Amino acid sequence: MGSNVVPALRGVSLEIAAGEFVAVMGPSGSGKSTFMNLLGCLDHPSAGHYWLGGQEVSQLSSDELAVVRNRKLGFVFQHFNLLARTSALDNVALPLLYSEMPPHERKRHAVQRLAQVGLAERMDHHPAQLSGGQQQRVAIARALVNDPQLVLADEPTGALDSHTSVEIMALLQQLNREGITIVLVTHEHDVANFAGRIISFRDGKVIEDKPNFASDAAVQLQ
Amino acid sequence: MNFVATLRIALLALRINKMRSALTMLGIIIGVAAVIVMIAVGGGAQARVEEQIRSLGSNIIMVLSGSMTSGGARGGAGSQPTIFEDDAYAMSREIEEIQAAAPTLRGNGQVVAGNSNWSTVFYGITPDYLEVREWAIVEGRGFEPAEISGAGKVVLIGQTVAKNIFGDASPLDQVIRVRKVPLTVIGVLDRKGQSMTGQDQDDLILMPISTARKRILGAAQAKSRSVSSIMVKVRQGADMNDADQRMRELMRQRHRLQPGQDDDFFVRNLSEILQAQEASSKVMTLLLAAVASVSLLVGGIGIMNIMLVSVTERTREIGLRMAVGARGRDILTQFLVEAVTLSLIGGAVGILLGIGGAALIAELADWRTELSGSSIVLAAGFAGGVGIFFGYYPARKASRLLPIEALRYE
Repeated sequence: MGSNVVPALRGVSLEIAAGEFVAVMGPSGSGKSTFMNLLGCLDHPSAGHYWLGGQEVSQLSSDELAVVRNRKLGFVFQHFNLLARTSALDNVALPLLYSEMPPHERKRHAVQRLAQVGLAERMDHHPAQLSGGQQQRVAIARALVNDPQLVLADEPTGALDSHTSVEIMALLQQLNREGITIVLVTHEHDVANFAGRIISFRDGKVIEDKPNFASDAAVQLQ
Repeated sequence: MNFVATLRIALLALRINKMRSALTMLGIIIGVAAVIVMIAVGGGAQARVEEQIRSLGSNIIMVLSGSMTSGGARGGAGSQPTIFEDDAYAMSREIEEIQAAAPTLRGNGQVVAGNSNWSTVFYGITPDYLEVREWAIVEGRGFEPAEISGAGKVVLIGQTVAKNIFGDASPLDQVIRVRKVPLTVIGVLDRKGQSMTGQDQDDLILMPISTARKRILGAAQAKSRSVSSIMVKVRQGADMNDADQRMRELMRQRHRLQPGQDDDFFVRNLSEILQAQEASSKVMTLLLAAVASVSLLVGGIGIMNIMLVSVTERTREIGLRMAVGARGRDILTQFLVEAVTLSLIGGAVGILLGIGGAALIAELADWRTELSGSSIVLAAGFAGGVGIFFGYYPARKASRLLPIEALRYE
């Protein structure tokens, strides 16, 4: 990198309301990953502000950010990032390990979320014993287990076949209907179409931000 | 994050790479076992010296006849009887540091009983002798005051003499003849074993000092009250050197020696010699333990190595944990607990192996080994310390990863 500071994002000002389902699109290098990292409190902005649920988080220390991530955010990754040789239940309960919640409460929450993604029967399975779609469901249950204000999904269907992708997107859409705010990064239009709002990035700027009425159609599709 | 959860994660991580964990532990296992075995071997040597001290009796100073200068010619040690029974009594009376001073008269001769005989050493003693040497009588009784003053024809015998003269039969009330004088055995002394010079301390008989002088040594000794040696026991806690000094002064005064004139007696601080031996065996133990702990250090480096590999391998896991809310210190604790668990399990196995090894050495090499609880605690503590010390750097490295980079790590 040297001494050249290249701003990945410039003049981006966005507001995402509770209950929204937003898809972020853009080619690589467009700044969408940086945007997601900031949104996920994984990175500090070099300038600018970020209010998450009324809390200004752009100036927090990394420990404070960890607490924010633990309490307010849920993550779904492209490659699931489940812990190997660890049961689905323990994987889901992982974020609670870093919260104040007592152990029996943790288990109850994790079971509840696994049931929500339709995997109540597979609690004791290890990731290796689950299909890709099931693994991503476990990851989604993990993202939900701390009752987050915002769920961030980074290419959640990137490692799945098209049929399973539809299933996962339908699940996310259903969760959104139940009131969960979701921001999703993808470069597939089919996937973005499940969202209610599509934001497109290019060269560090928002070039398009529009509601997506096709999302209802996507539900019909399945 | 609570400790039980952390420990569970650590155990799981160690189980995933069983072979690797076991090999890493091996370093600690060998280190801990070596420390324990070495300390046990050193402790055995030390215990042997301590036993010799105990068999001699503690805080003992010996006073021996010295040389007498006559007409410019100096005689050798013991060339003239220059110390007397009364010197001993004066010492115990006048020097408060002295608990007991036992005059002894030494001689040797053939002991005969029935048709067996045995050549041994005899000592004419006062009851103080048994107190000074902390020598118990296992069978029978000690001397009565009347026997001491009245040259009673009684004798106490050592284990070796008892075995050689009487075999398995009880020697009590049997009559033995020493230089043709019949004496009745009234007691058998406890076993003392070898002295530090390798002499059999049980090969002797004890009789009242008056008996030895008047009945056995006869004319040569009868007129004077000279003795072969005086064994002095210094009170517990009193300074040996002070007692030594005061004894010399008293003796010079009693023997009317002019300033500048040589002492006509020798003072030997036997306990000091043994204590020096004990100190050197302690140094030896320390040295052995130090050498053994080098292997613990090497084991620790092995742990560091493996933990560094583990941190690199699990970068994505660390990134994930951080993304879902683990703070730097949670990650630090997790890896530190893992390293300490590794070293403590290794330490526990090492302790068992060390105990077994010490027993094996005692059995095969016929060396005396002495396991000490403190060495086990020390080794376990050291193993834990090694885990913390060598686990810290990798754990800190893990805790300082940036979540975005760690998550993206391939």
